[in-house]
Amino acid sequence: MSDTLSGLLTIGVLVVALVVVHVPLGNWMAKVFTDERHWRPERVFYRLSRVDASSEQGWRSYSVAVLAFSAVSIVVLFLLIALQGVLPLARGAAMHLDTALNTAVSFVTNTNWQSYAGESGVSPVVQTLGLTVQNFVSAAVGLSVAVALVRGLARSGGATIGNFWVDLVRSVVRVLLPIAVVGAVLLLLGGVISNLAEPTTITTVSGGQQVIQGGLVASQEAIKELGTNGGGYFNANSAHPFENPNALTNLLEIFLILVIPFSLPRTYGVLVGDRRQGFAVAGLMAALWGIMLTVITWSEVHSAAGPLGSLEGKEVRFGPWASSLFAASTTGTSTGAVNSLHESYSALGGGGALFSMLLGEISPGGVGTGLYGALLIAILTVFISGLMVGRTPEILGKSIGRREITLTALALLVMPALVLVFTGIGLVLPNVRAQMLASGPHGLTEVMYAYASASNNNGSAFAGFSADAPYTNLTLALCMLLGRFVTIALVLALAGSLVAQRRRPATSGTLPTHSPTFVGLLVGISLVVSGLTFFPALALGPLAEALA
Amino acid sequence: MTQTTDRPAAPTPGSSTATLLRQMLATLPQAFVKLDPRHVWRSPVVFVVWVGSLLTTVFAVVSPSWFAWLITIWLWATVVFANLAEAVAEGRGKAQAATLRATRTDTIAHRRGAGGVVEEVSAADLTIGDLVVVHPGEVIPGDGDVVEGMATVDESAITGESAPVIRESGGDRCAVTGGTTVLSDGIVVKVTTRPGESFIDRMIALVEGAARQKTPNEIALTILLTTLTIIFLLAVMALQPLAIYSGSAQTPIVLIALLVCLIPTTIGALLSAIGIAGMDRLVQRNVLAMSGRAVEAAGDVSTLLLDKTGTITFGNRRATQLLAAPDLGTEEITRVAYLSSLADETPEGRSIVELAALTLTDGERAELDEKTEQGCEFVAFTAQTRMSGVDLASGLAVRKGASDSVLRWVRDNGGQVPQGVLTDVDAIATSGGTPLVVASHEPGRTARALGVVHLKDVVKPGMKERFAQLRAMGIKTVMITGDNPLTARSIAAEAGVDDYLAEATPEDKMALIKKEQEGGRLVAMTGDGTNDAPALAQSDVGVAMNTGTSAAKEAANMVDLDSDPTKLIDIVSIGKQLLITRGALTTFSIANDIAKYFAIIPAMFVVLFPGLDALNIMGLSTPTSAILSAVIFNALIIIALIPLSLRGVRYRPSSSTALLRRNILLYGVGGIIAPFIGIKLIDLLVSHLPGMM
Repeated sequence: MSDTLSGLLTIGVLVVALVVVHVPLGNWMAKVFTDERHWRPERVFYRLSRVDASSEQGWRSYSVAVLAFSAVSIVVLFLLIALQGVLPLARGAAMHLDTALNTAVSFVTNTNWQSYAGESGVSPVVQTLGLTVQNFVSAAVGLSVAVALVRGLARSGGATIGNFWVDLVRSVVRVLLPIAVVGAVLLLLGGVISNLAEPTTITTVSGGQQVIQGGLVASQEAIKELGTNGGGYFNANSAHPFENPNALTNLLEIFLILVIPFSLPRTYGVLVGDRRQGFAVAGLMAALWGIMLTVITWSEVHSAAGPLGSLEGKEVRFGPWASSLFAASTTGTSTGAVNSLHESYSALGGGGALFSMLLGEISPGGVGTGLYGALLIAILTVFISGLMVGRTPEILGKSIGRREITLTALALLVMPALVLVFTGIGLVLPNVRAQMLASGPHGLTEVMYAYASASNNNGSAFAGFSADAPYTNLTLALCMLLGRFVTIALVLALAGSLVAQRRRPATSGTLPTHSPTFVGLLVGISLVVSGLTFFPALALGPLAEALA
Repeated sequence: MTQTTDRPAAPTPGSSTATLLRQMLATLPQAFVKLDPRHVWRSPVVFVVWVGSLLTTVFAVVSPSWFAWLITIWLWATVVFANLAEAVAEGRGKAQAATLRATRTDTIAHRRGAGGVVEEVSAADLTIGDLVVVHPGEVIPGDGDVVEGMATVDESAITGESAPVIRESGGDRCAVTGGTTVLSDGIVVKVTTRPGESFIDRMIALVEGAARQKTPNEIALTILLTTLTIIFLLAVMALQPLAIYSGSAQTPIVLIALLVCLIPTTIGALLSAIGIAGMDRLVQRNVLAMSGRAVEAAGDVSTLLLDKTGTITFGNRRATQLLAAPDLGTEEITRVAYLSSLADETPEGRSIVELAALTLTDGERAELDEKTEQGCEFVAFTAQTRMSGVDLASGLAVRKGASDSVLRWVRDNGGQVPQGVLTDVDAIATSGGTPLVVASHEPGRTARALGVVHLKDVVKPGMKERFAQLRAMGIKTVMITGDNPLTARSIAAEAGVDDYLAEATPEDKMALIKKEQEGGRLVAMTGDGTNDAPALAQSDVGVAMNTGTSAAKEAANMVDLDSDPTKLIDIVSIGKQLLITRGALTTFSIANDIAKYFAIIPAMFVVLFPGLDALNIMGLSTPTSAILSAVIFNALIIIALIPLSLRGVRYRPSSSTALLRRNILLYGVGGIIAPFIGIKLIDLLVSHLPGMM
């Protein structure tokens, strides 16, 4: 079978699987977040943590809960990492404090940027009690915030947007855990390892010594992809044969990455009582994902002279097609897991991966973050196009006035501001320049990629850039924190502002937000806004490199 | 609708390009005055250009070059053009204000004090509650209500309508406006406003733009434009370290040029002109909006309450059909109906004469007219008899009137009423019309019922089409009438309104507005009476007729000087046009940036990365001319779009998706393509300038 055919077939199978699964999963999540009843294990948790699960929160108290929960998570994880040397199962050297802080922030913000080497940097205790827990709850936080925003749109003239603790617990218990269990079993069957064996030391063909680590990989792998986390058990991430042994597990991992983000539009459609709204958002996500996938794949397949395309930095068992598919999916979802080295991609391929993040993680975006990011773009689009049909702009009968557009604009401003400012500063600092592997446009892309990855809570890297130094560890942590929580606070404030409004009935003068014209406009606006913001920087990085 | 938006703004000044150019030249000095930072500050986008211009001026002085000075000049031109747009828009109102102000000069008022003593005071000294006597030929010194007497008043000073109107105490025609002139008789007016706050004062402030406050959507748009400006500011500021890293640091002038080209200067410059021009378009249609907020709300209206009488129908019932009694031809009823109505000066009576005259020959009419001239006695309509007619000298008596009265008259005079007549009467009543029975009584015979006249409220021509357009715009129309539900339903069906409120009391009207608003709809209505005032205040867009009472005008947020209730439909269009113009120019402004990037970015870095010349798809001649061309285009496009921002984007009622598609094509796609052509053309000229090598 030719490479092209197998590549297209892989994509075809993936798309069909997503189309089939998104309906039941989307409906299920809609039910999860509207269910009146609590499951027994949930009730136990509420009783232990003394949460009143029957009450609802306004946007302020919801935000405080999210921020407090995340702050505590960061402190606990930081302490776990900092003290891993005195905890059981300690391994090797302790982390620097700046690396530890970076890591703690990284996992709590669902970024999973790893300034350390996966298998040797943290002990199994930290992996299990710290990182894996965060893999679940950080994804659950994203899901909760998205659902809160959807409630803001769906409810008419209310004051509350849900109960964060209930949303958090249900996200974990009813959505993430069950799918992760199934995913882990399937990955195990596919050949992903899961053991508690001692490291094996072998002699390589060339006579060197190699230590091969084992671990509970399959279970971590499933939630790593499903929660759009991306932090690998091994430093090589999904390029490592123990994490991702073959084409089937590769496809399964990509499926796990995309399945919740692509199902959430359905949930949204069901919750607002108009499934067409969900199709429109899914249309935006799919169009952007398709465009970026095409750019990256085309570039990777055509960049090298050989028949297999560019193979540098890629696993032979995946090749350019499956690597590009993974790259487009992981950068479009704020996952950041990789099965190939993005730094080694062609100028346009790597630039495509970068731009995929710079779109603001909406193609289809992370768990929850993708949906609220896409809804922010929808509100921006509604504002401009609503004026063009001669009405005060409104989405689902909620008008987009001064307060709503301020919150939306600020939420959309956070990420570009962080990326531009920190890339600019980084490139003139001698110490940062010393950390770069490449010089010229490629070096520029390395630094920009790092800050884009952190600010978008993606976590993938142009790994030539050695980020494990105090300045970059701290600034990247700052980008992760602000990129995540400033946006979340603004989104929740927006939810509060929307929920208080009554839904105005749609008339033929109302701009429909589900028509193909509107979806086209959504895609156009998201491309134009990101394009205009980053064009100068991209011109000096990937574009200059590609056109050289 | 079409007549509003497609009507060329012919009678207004500045419709042709030549007059507009003259206006621009005339207001140019003001545009320079507006360079004052305290003024520029009000538009954040223009303010950034202003600061940029100032900085480039400094850099151009420090290290002069042709390029630096050319950029500096065009950046300042950008600010001046932005000011010019606003100044031209304001200038249009100023001329109008000057005319109004002339009416306000020192009026002498005859104030009637306690005990009836009349003293002469200046109009400026009047306070609320003062009673002033106004004689024929005098100017009414202030806004108020007539409390005594009746007069004809010339209101042309404010309405432009030369026909005098009648103002009388009591009722809904008691309000008078300061600055208008009493023509005949005399009245006593109770002053209702303080000097300086009168209707004319507010009108002057309004047309001058002095009282202009930013409207909610305008504020929201300004926030978005400011955010975009911040993003581009960051993008340009971050570019310098990137350029330094790449080994090609840029001069501040080039960076400022890039920034000014990227931030949404086009919409930023035209935004306030669009708002002023929108108000101006209303004023041109003789509508005064008390706030810009109301104009914007008009675009959002989803329920329109229209009074039946005068708005949907002509206001008078008209005869539409003559139904002869069984066994009689139409000839006799036609003749008798004509005869009985000759002296009837009511609109209904005249309409019967007109209808009958259609079928009668000239000879027959002359013969009938002659009969009355031979001596006769007209029987006038009274509330007791409820019929009218004529007793001829020959002894023939004819009557027409309410069916029960006339039928009783027939029976009293020994006549029989045929069953067919009764059936016709019922049928007409059921259809919502008014049946009038026509009867005659010849001497020596019994009286006979000859047939029935069908009186109908006639719907104005073209209303059905207008309501269909409104429906297409997503606006529900509700007809308000005092008629019984039967009549109301039939007229509603004929006019094509979506709903009706029959036997409406002011309380019903209020309840209807509240119900619609609770459903999230914005309601617009017109009214003139004092009892309309609460509903006018409650509605989102309340338009008071100028003929109405002060209370109604006070409660409304717009006043229609022509007192034409159908104008509500025009007002909605103007509100929409205002928003569309803003949206379209915002889209255009952002779409323009794509071409500017393709002009400037290769120009900045082509020396460093020759490959970037591939992005110079316009084939601009040199880096300096490319940058200058983009800056010049950015400035000139403001001038080019001033006429559009003053006129407003054309609005045709259609579905929102069709409207969106059209405007995206025109202003989005057009906005992407236009600058590629414009910048290329400018480059062809500019590349010959010195310093462009």
